[in-house]
Amino acid sequence: MVRFFILFRREVASTFHQPIAYIVLFFFLVITGFNFHAGITMLNNARGTTTVVEAFFNTMYFWFPFLLVFPFTTMRVFAEESKMGTIETLMTAPVRDSQVVLAKYAGALFFYLVLWVPSLLYFVTFQLVTGLSAGGTSYTGAYIGAYIGVFLGAYSMLILMGMLYTAIGCLASALTDNQIVAAMISFAAILALFFLGLLSFIMPASSDFLRDITYYFSPIEHMMDFSRGIVDSRPVVFYISSTLLVLFATLHVFQYRRWKS
Amino acid sequence: MVKVENLTKKFGATTAVDGISFEVQKGEIVGFLGPNGAGKSTTMKMLAGFLPPTSGHAEVAGYDVFTDSLRAREHIGYMPENVPMYTDMRVSEFLRYRGALKGVPRRRLRERISDVLELCGLEDVEKKLISRLSKGYRQRVGLADAMVHEPDLLILDEPTIGLDPNQIRLVRDLIRNLRRHHTILISTHILPEVEMLCSRVIIINKGRIEALDTPQNLRARLGQEAQVLLDARVPDARAAAADLRKLEGVQTVSIRTDGPWSIFKIQCTPGHDPRETIFQFAVEKSWPVRELSRPPITLEQVFAEVTNGEEI
Repeated sequence: MVRFFILFRREVASTFHQPIAYIVLFFFLVITGFNFHAGITMLNNARGTTTVVEAFFNTMYFWFPFLLVFPFTTMRVFAEESKMGTIETLMTAPVRDSQVVLAKYAGALFFYLVLWVPSLLYFVTFQLVTGLSAGGTSYTGAYIGAYIGVFLGAYSMLILMGMLYTAIGCLASALTDNQIVAAMISFAAILALFFLGLLSFIMPASSDFLRDITYYFSPIEHMMDFSRGIVDSRPVVFYISSTLLVLFATLHVFQYRRWKS
Repeated sequence: MVKVENLTKKFGATTAVDGISFEVQKGEIVGFLGPNGAGKSTTMKMLAGFLPPTSGHAEVAGYDVFTDSLRAREHIGYMPENVPMYTDMRVSEFLRYRGALKGVPRRRLRERISDVLELCGLEDVEKKLISRLSKGYRQRVGLADAMVHEPDLLILDEPTIGLDPNQIRLVRDLIRNLRRHHTILISTHILPEVEMLCSRVIIINKGRIEALDTPQNLRARLGQEAQVLLDARVPDARAAAADLRKLEGVQTVSIRTDGPWSIFKIQCTPGHDPRETIFQFAVEKSWPVRELSRPPITLEQVFAEVTNGEEI
């Protein structure tokens, strides 16, 4: 466990030692800030029961940076070490392969979470400026439960999806020595998963079976539910189990490539 | 300290290391010598626990390198070829990270780092980014990293490659000083290095051990067929060579000319030193002699002999 934290700290440090981290952080802020603005504008012009949180997490401007960010947070984790050869010094230290994989995964996930921290400020600012609730009709009294649920739902879905997509990115990075190739593999895989999820919207209403299946991995559907405060256990199970599966595959790819080299 | 039995590594159809066995005692410096692609690095990577072998068995400090890898790794300090390092870290920061990762207890860490910084002459660059360091300094940081956790065995893969002569001397002195505390396995294709540093030499070629002995013994092996060099001005080189061949203890003679001078390379019968006879003969013929010598046999020749003249 001690070694895991040493490795984890190294991962986080190496992420923030690189200028790309700040470039990603900057553009991410710009786009999510624009998304927030667009969400509020939409609410101003429409009548409905949508909350600010729901509006923020269900637009194109949300999905665009969300999907795009994983290649950047994960492409270097394994590819850079194999390319530079530091994998050799790393793996001849008394550390387990699983510790290394988990630490690298946790490091990338940490950066992803850091990217989302400023978004909380948007809602705080909104409430301070307008005096209205960002997550429901009111944030006091009888509605406090719903209010908390909306935030809890949206952000836990953000974390759950981040867990799976970060794992996919790590797997891609373990597959190659080339960071650009790693980024392209993870981007392709994440996009494929996302568009498969879109099928649940275009499926004919008659085929309930296919709709159910595509619902099961459709991030849009999941986010829609969770950002309304509807916490369904099926997506939770899906994201946790598939994250474990992908991490397991990452560990094996990592070992296999070293043993073959 | 190190025990290797029938270690084999195959990469697909090619066999990089082919059933090698050897032992290294505590306190020895053993040199791995071989042409490029002979299997030196592969062997070292297997010993360091980075590559699993196809078959065979290796033990370091009593721990099996493969079945008890983590324990074995705690006793090994490995410096790979080209010394890969995290270039975004500062020297002392890097050593602190590596030390902690290799299990140096926190209270000992500070002391160990100042020890290795001093030993490797890194005090001046302690706060510098590794990316800003020269090759020679990086090599020394690599060495400091390899020994920060006080390993029993140091495995150094080509520690002086790519350095200038001054830096090479510094690194060599450093390694020589380490022999008091560590057993060292070092690979190189620089022969004088081996002669200077190692108590035993393993010559490896095409994945097999061709010779395993002390540098002195290896030389002695070839010493029997020693050569004598005669550099003299003779009227007729061919006739002189024919005459020389008739002398006692001389087997073959080859000629090379240098202006009016002829250089005879004389291969002697084992156990004979015909220098006196040759001298008398030259006096008799009144040849002016510029040189009469018995060039010392270098490991280079041993190496050429053992590996059938393959390029190093």
